[in-house]
Amino acid sequence: MSVHNPTSHRFPENARDALKNETLQRGLASAKVGFRVRRSEAAARLPEFETLRDESRDIKNHTLAHIDLYLEAFEKRVTERGGHVHWATDAAEARDAVLAICRAAGAKTVTKGKSMISEEMGLNAFLEENGIEPVETDLGEYIIQLRGETPSHIIAPAFHVLKEQVVETFRENHTQLDPNRVIDEARQLQDEARLVLRKRFLEADVGITGANFLIAETGSTVIVTNEGNGDLTQTLPRIHIVLASLEKVVPTLEDASTILRVLARSATGQEYSSYTTFSTGPRRGEDIDGPHEFHVVLLDNGRTDLIGTEMQEVLRCIRCGACMNHCPVYGVIGGHAYGWVYPGPIGAVLSPSLIGVEEAHHLPNASTFCGRCEAVCPMRIPLPKLMRNLREREFEKGLPPATQRWGLAIWAWLAKRPVPYRLATWLPMRLLALLAGRKGRYSWLPLAGGWTSQRDFPAPQGPSFQALWDRKRGRREASK
Amino acid sequence: MADLGPKPNVALFVTCLVDLFRPSVGFAAVKLLEQAGCEVSVPQGQTCCGQPAYNSGDRANAAEIARRTLPVLAPFDYIVAPSGSCAGMIRKHWPALFANEQEMSKIAIAVAEKTWELTSFLTDVRGMEAVDAEYDGVVAYHDSCSGLRELGVQDQPRKLLESVKGLTVKNLTHGQECCGFGGTFAVKYPDISGRMVSDKADDIEATGADTLLAGDLGCLMNMAGKLKRRGSTVKARHVAEILAGDTDTPPIGEGES
Ligand code: SF4
Repeated sequence: MSVHNPTSHRFPENARDALKNETLQRGLASAKVGFRVRRSEAAARLPEFETLRDESRDIKNHTLAHIDLYLEAFEKRVTERGGHVHWATDAAEARDAVLAICRAAGAKTVTKGKSMISEEMGLNAFLEENGIEPVETDLGEYIIQLRGETPSHIIAPAFHVLKEQVVETFRENHTQLDPNRVIDEARQLQDEARLVLRKRFLEADVGITGANFLIAETGSTVIVTNEGNGDLTQTLPRIHIVLASLEKVVPTLEDASTILRVLARSATGQEYSSYTTFSTGPRRGEDIDGPHEFHVVLLDNGRTDLIGTEMQEVLRCIRCGACMNHCPVYGVIGGHAYGWVYPGPIGAVLSPSLIGVEEAHHLPNASTFCGRCEAVCPMRIPLPKLMRNLREREFEKGLPPATQRWGLAIWAWLAKRPVPYRLATWLPMRLLALLAGRKGRYSWLPLAGGWTSQRDFPAPQGPSFQALWDRKRGRREASK
Repeated sequence: MADLGPKPNVALFVTCLVDLFRPSVGFAAVKLLEQAGCEVSVPQGQTCCGQPAYNSGDRANAAEIARRTLPVLAPFDYIVAPSGSCAGMIRKHWPALFANEQEMSKIAIAVAEKTWELTSFLTDVRGMEAVDAEYDGVVAYHDSCSGLRELGVQDQPRKLLESVKGLTVKNLTHGQECCGFGGTFAVKYPDISGRMVSDKADDIEATGADTLLAGDLGCLMNMAGKLKRRGSTVKARHVAEILAGDTDTPPIGEGES
């Protein structure tokens, strides 16, 4: 799957493949439970967790209402500290900005910290096409880069890869190492990745990271990681490029620290991630390390179009992954089936907004509206409501298949007219009750293949409740 | 039961599924409401809460269905539905449908505020502590998503079930997990829905229960359909039937034997 060619329109087929993929199923079954337990324990340990969610939501709502001002303030601070801000309307502009910086530096290798914006830009493929080698340094990203895959989870990119598969991948790729070495344990795999990557860190001319926050009052960018790879990525090379989408901005350091308190707890159940790193401009005269150049590429890619619309709330997202960790649909199909960068409930809302409802029309429909994503989202994003908004947009555009639209129209016509409704349902329901006979259910029914392909269809008991009630009430009145 | 004053007039919103598929649930609900000291009516002119349209993006039809049903329900002291999903639709979503219409919005909010899911109404509003029923069995209780997350229905049915003589309640290991029904989702994405309900059936069977109970007929038809497809002997019933002691009718998806 390439980020340039979303496969979201093939969602049902993708999902079917995922359901048949036994390795993926094994991984999903065990990993999701761990995430859920850790998040709920972390939330329970912090009495003010729910209040912090409210505060975090309010901070972002306020920021989004004045986003132009905060972004300008951010740019001003970055520039004052000797950094550069590059505004990019779309992915192509962002890619060009990165390439221009790399070219000017004569870069051959760039190291990369984890960044979903990089995925959104399709940056790795683009750099390769232009003769620059990108090296992912987050362990999960590194694994899937070697495997030629895309992330299947926003905080655990190699969520779909089993340990045995990592061993295989490392043996195939790290041919410079002793073929008889033992790498059975997760720890050994980490050490091996560190060893190989250390050399790459030192070679790199440019380091690219994402950003969890942009802080308007100081012009700082913030990343949180658990491996410390982000720090090496941004301090060792001569040039540091930060990739961020506009809505990452918050007004103050204080605001960032409020949201940081819900971020890791919602994501991994940690109180804080192991490393929270603030970058403010390039190295100054007295600094002993740090990059000589500091660039921030600010990607819009359709986000400002959401501001002031019924979809604005999605821009509060801090990419913690809690919604997908708790999603029963993600839980059985994993991330790749969604066919574009962002999977799970956040993807179901964000993808149609960014790549269009025509391409991604399945995603907001592939939800039971069970509401668990909204229940755990630290930013209190009403994900089901936003999915419903998108369904309404699709319905207005006439995107659902004709059979669905007609079925719905006929049903709705009747549901609005109680008398014809009762007449029209009488015969089919009586037939369904009669034909089921003593079995009480159907294993196949015409026009209900979607249902009966998976489960039996319970037959109705007989006459409707309202018919029986009328008869009973009639009897009651007659006996008076 | 404590004296709760004059008998409230309660409208049973029977829901389209109970109306068409399982009237026994409606009668069980009426019985329970009467035991809780209510005067029960089944107002004519009700069909469905409109979720099939609302969740398919057809907001206009959902609003029309609500607009026609609201006057039918408005005169009553309470509206009670044997479903968390339909009660949730009336409580949480009908008002949203009329956000731009002042008059309708007032009516929708007034109706929303007096609409309850059955077990929650019996315990939270009528203060019912126990029922007079017997059931010899071990039951697994499934919390349907809308009732659980939109209305906070979780302890209420369990509390009443505890008073049923001979009955033991087991909790599912993944009690918060959706069964995969989701209305039209079950037929639009059958493979995904099928896997979800299959996992749910595993969880139900692992409890060792002989009966599955829930408060929503849609979810029950989905789970019962899967259990029967697998040849499971677990019987599925709506919680109201057990609480009312009405178990003469065959379980969901089973015939007279
Ligand atoms: S939508 Fe909410 S839960 Fe999902 S990734 Fe964003 S912040 Fe986290």
